[in-house]
Amino acid sequence: MRYLPLTPDDRAQMLGVIGVDSIDALFVDVPASARREGFVELPHVAGELEVERELAGLAARNVAAGSVPFFCGAGAYRHHVPATVDHLIQRSEFLTSYTPYQPEIAQGTLQVLFEFQTQVAALTGMDVANASLYDGSTACAEAVMMTKRVTKRSRAVLSGGVHPHYVATTETLARAEGMDVVHLPAAVDAEDAVIAAIDAGTACVVVQTPNVFGTATDVTKIAEAAHAAGALLIVVTTEAVSLGLLKSPGEMGADIAVAEGQSIGNALNYGGPYVGLFACREKLVRQAPGRLCGETVDADGRRGFVLTLSTREQHIRRDKATSNICTNSGLCALAFSIHMSLLGEVGLRRLAALNHQRARELKAALEGVKGVEILTPRFFNEFAVKLTKPAARVVEDLAFKGVLGGVPFSRLAPGAGMDDVLLVAATETVTGEDIAAFQAALTEVMA
Amino acid sequence: MSSSMNTVGRPTAPVATAGDIPPTLTGARGLLQDEALIFELGGWNKTGVDLPPAERPADDLAGLLRAEPIGLPGLSEPEAVRHYVRLSQKNHAIDLALYPLGSCTMKHNPRLNEKMARLAGFSDIHPLQPVSTVQGALALIDRLAHWLKTLTGMPAVAMTPKAGAHGELCGLLAIKAAHEAGGQGHRKTVLCPTSAHGTNPATAAFVGYSVVEIAQTDDGRVDLADLASKLGPDVAAIMVTNPNTCGLFERDIVEIARLTHEAGAYFYCDGANFNAIVGRVRPGDLGVDAMHINLHKTFSTPHGGGGPGAGPVVLSAALAPFAPAPWITHHADGFHLVEEAVGEATQAFGRMSAFHGQMGMFVRAYAYMRSHGADGLRQVAEDAVLNANYIKASLADVMSPAFPDGPCMHEALFDDSWLEGTGVTTLDFAKAMIDEGFHPMTMYFPLVVHGAMLIEPTETESKQELDRFVHALRLLAGAAKAGEVDRFKGAPFHAPLRRLDETLAARKPKLRWRAA
Repeated sequence: MRYLPLTPDDRAQMLGVIGVDSIDALFVDVPASARREGFVELPHVAGELEVERELAGLAARNVAAGSVPFFCGAGAYRHHVPATVDHLIQRSEFLTSYTPYQPEIAQGTLQVLFEFQTQVAALTGMDVANASLYDGSTACAEAVMMTKRVTKRSRAVLSGGVHPHYVATTETLARAEGMDVVHLPAAVDAEDAVIAAIDAGTACVVVQTPNVFGTATDVTKIAEAAHAAGALLIVVTTEAVSLGLLKSPGEMGADIAVAEGQSIGNALNYGGPYVGLFACREKLVRQAPGRLCGETVDADGRRGFVLTLSTREQHIRRDKATSNICTNSGLCALAFSIHMSLLGEVGLRRLAALNHQRARELKAALEGVKGVEILTPRFFNEFAVKLTKPAARVVEDLAFKGVLGGVPFSRLAPGAGMDDVLLVAATETVTGEDIAAFQAALTEVMA
Repeated sequence: MSSSMNTVGRPTAPVATAGDIPPTLTGARGLLQDEALIFELGGWNKTGVDLPPAERPADDLAGLLRAEPIGLPGLSEPEAVRHYVRLSQKNHAIDLALYPLGSCTMKHNPRLNEKMARLAGFSDIHPLQPVSTVQGALALIDRLAHWLKTLTGMPAVAMTPKAGAHGELCGLLAIKAAHEAGGQGHRKTVLCPTSAHGTNPATAAFVGYSVVEIAQTDDGRVDLADLASKLGPDVAAIMVTNPNTCGLFERDIVEIARLTHEAGAYFYCDGANFNAIVGRVRPGDLGVDAMHINLHKTFSTPHGGGGPGAGPVVLSAALAPFAPAPWITHHADGFHLVEEAVGEATQAFGRMSAFHGQMGMFVRAYAYMRSHGADGLRQVAEDAVLNANYIKASLADVMSPAFPDGPCMHEALFDDSWLEGTGVTTLDFAKAMIDEGFHPMTMYFPLVVHGAMLIEPTETESKQELDRFVHALRLLAGAAKAGEVDRFKGAPFHAPLRRLDETLAARKPKLRWRAA
């Protein structure tokens, strides 16, 4: 087996040093009833070529987004990632290292995390950010649970514009922690409705902008209402590129900003691995979940970086920890950070403007199609349309015509009574020809 | 040969230096470059991405636009490449040398797996595109699930948890849901051995359980009598790692499971150490109800500087109905994806995250498993255990194994009694290992052993590399016992940085760069 360096001679010699006569002697503690002779019923060793053939065969049974006109979003976005990003994250020293437990020989990872935290704080307009969480949805759940620790209250109010998967994840995790999660009915322009639901027991209000229907909202008034009631405002962003065009959560008064960072540096990957961004006000940081990297000096006074404030974490606090999280999403955070360093503010703003322009072009192309009504009043790169046919069927028909034409809202929330709503997104990867093909296919399907 | 290349007549023989080596003038050390932060390097008007200009945004976004500077510097492509390559050279990595972090299973990461995960048919597909257009992806998840179930002897697996700790959470939520469905919602206690990973009690507390510790016997196993005395009608589950964090197989595991079930509780097994038994022992045969599998440990998806991981959870028949959405079902027209807990699936406890888990990790793990096959995986366990026992045997006369009697599994645990009187601590010893070119072992864990040093070599180390490691540790042990305290107290001397001031970092947290 090509990954196993020991030879039969090595093994025999090593058993001799150990002082046993067979490998079985090292497994004596396994109860007799659980000892297995022979192999489990699975195929045996396979060469690279054989494995490549099988996997290439499976990959070929999927329709790659880049091979067709493609307009899916709803929490995962197809952007162009510079070749440099994927090359650099495959450097052995980044790819095959672990959590920087020994900072003297992990300064590469640690400096990247420090830079990442600064980039995320700047992007979200917040004071500080952590070293990443699993993804946007778990970051949202962690943020909600954090507000219980901060406010000693246990009611969370989620707007009807929050991504339904984020809602479901938050309900699952926060309810397990004893929180009362109130989710308002789904609506295209839903965010302001949370104000009426805030009461004296509310720990946090969760709004999303642009929301799952693509609607961009200034949440400043919601922040004021939350703060007046002693509650915290959590702002969710599932499309991080939007922050290159739209006001940041921090500017609008958010206490915690969480986002899906996949859009920057990371491929679609059928939903994972992604990278959860988590940022908050400085005064809240000791209640934050996940890892934090901080600056310090070494014995010679040189600047260096370490994991810090770890007394919040499970390996020290055990059952008193702020979260059970052990790892972050290191390599995805690195990809985010490299792509963001390449973009810089200039590139990010240009990229965001380009996304918005493409979405407007898409809107112009679709609003003339019979049976299609644009629902979203103000959007970044994604909007909702109402169809005169069930959206799920329309999407299947479009796929048959070779167009991946968005996400039916019913796929995210089957019980919401919005089976006729389709979410469509256009990023910089979409061309004029793609839009024309979508328009033509949709016209046929809706006829 | 080299002298014949010297065409300009310069002398080629190196000259030995006398006395101390002078420090460099810039602070750089040959190939090791100091590197500023991007905020000190980058241009506020610079970008390394060429994009066409865009039109002004729509008028309806007026008032929503970001007017203030964001504060993100940019780098041209060559500057970015230098920045990250220089930073990378400050990291230790498995690709460089043995990385014996106990309980972390730092094994070789095959590059075939990276190549496969980047096939457009896997990396460039959207989690919500029509199911008819991702049949190959669902087939891969289904095959991986089949391998995981077969290797563990368990009937079901929840694929979506994104890491080991996330898997623990998934397992305990399934247990909680099962108890509630069975009218046993009053059970509020989880039992964990004192040697447990920190994530175990943290997860139990997260789910609202109180944690009671189980004592350990002198030979490093769960104390059966203590367990029996603590099992009762209030206990929801036990969480036991097997092989445990002392690197030992829980000999009484079948009895532990029997007692647990007899008390009406479930047995959660922390599968972090599955590498020691994969292909040789099936957790299902031991009476386990739920166990997470760290794909980034046993199945070699890269650790990536701290994630992303993946932590699918295998489940017994009793817990399977409570698994979270989504999951895959088989039909005549292909695979379907059940994304909502409705209808027949009403017992599902909810959802662990958006979408379907760590697909990129699934591809890598499947490529790894498929490459080894049933025979290769069994060899993985055997070589991992052989390597650990070889290290234990090779160091037993100079260091003190915490449990000298009998074999260990995939990791060798030492305590610090052998350092007594030397003035050198476990931490000092670990830092001196850095100077000798090795990543330290896991230190001060498990908590049950004083000054613990937990060494997990994994199966992908050659005998030559193990011998090199043993040689280095024997020299260091000799130096410690010979009173060379300075070598340890100040270590590391040859790393990119000396020891860092962690107290300062925590007392005055500086978590981001700010303009001076």
